[in-house]
Amino acid sequence: MRLQKINWPIWVGFLLSAFAFLSYPFVFVRWPSTRDFPWANLLIFAFAIVLLIAGVRRTFKASQKRTAKFISSLVATLGVLSLAFFIFAFFIASRWLPGAHGAPQAGQKAPDFSLADTTGKTVHLGELLSEPLDGKAPKGVLLIFYRGYW
Amino acid sequence: MDPPEASRELCQKAGYTFTFLSDPKAEAIRRYDLVHAGAGINGQDIARPGEFLLDSSGIVRWVNLTENLWVRARPEQILEAAKMLK
Repeated sequence: MRLQKINWPIWVGFLLSAFAFLSYPFVFVRWPSTRDFPWANLLIFAFAIVLLIAGVRRTFKASQKRTAKFISSLVATLGVLSLAFFIFAFFIASRWLPGAHGAPQAGQKAPDFSLADTTGKTVHLGELLSEPLDGKAPKGVLLIFYRGYW
Repeated sequence: MDPPEASRELCQKAGYTFTFLSDPKAEAIRRYDLVHAGAGINGQDIARPGEFLLDSSGIVRWVNLTENLWVRARPEQILEAAKMLK
């Protein structure tokens, strides 16, 4: 098959849109500057959309078969849907968090708790606040309630 | 939320040396009002992210409650806040 016959913009655009989506959780989430706002992913999506549009226009301009028109439209739609889903997942669904209005605020006493550490030993918040570290009394304790592994 | 065994594995893999606690019954999570009801993979209650810096008397000095799951406190932010501690 000759290269001109393959509608490469549509397929490259499609692969790029899939990469734009998947590279957020697997790659760009690692650096704060690409994580806090997904500009890198949106940029890749922009390239992908341009290629998808070019690919669709190509099949509609040339006297191509109906199936080619159908396939290019379908692939382009999938690419656009992945962008829509990315926007939904990052900007909307990720903000569905409870308000935590009853969480302790600055100046308030931190609620006490005792939980098991990784060896199964029960640890008291009071112990963390008072037990010496490297022979010195701790200056404080940082509590991180995490979710997911990033 | 993970049991201590799962957390042990994570700590070994990631090289964490700080105290790593498990809260499978969401006791502390509830006490800090961080429960995200039904948000776990199997519909269980889990924690929304939150970071608290306490001074040695147990008073909260700095809090970060993100509005976006993907955005967490950065180490520099916490180090800056830790300068308050005497």
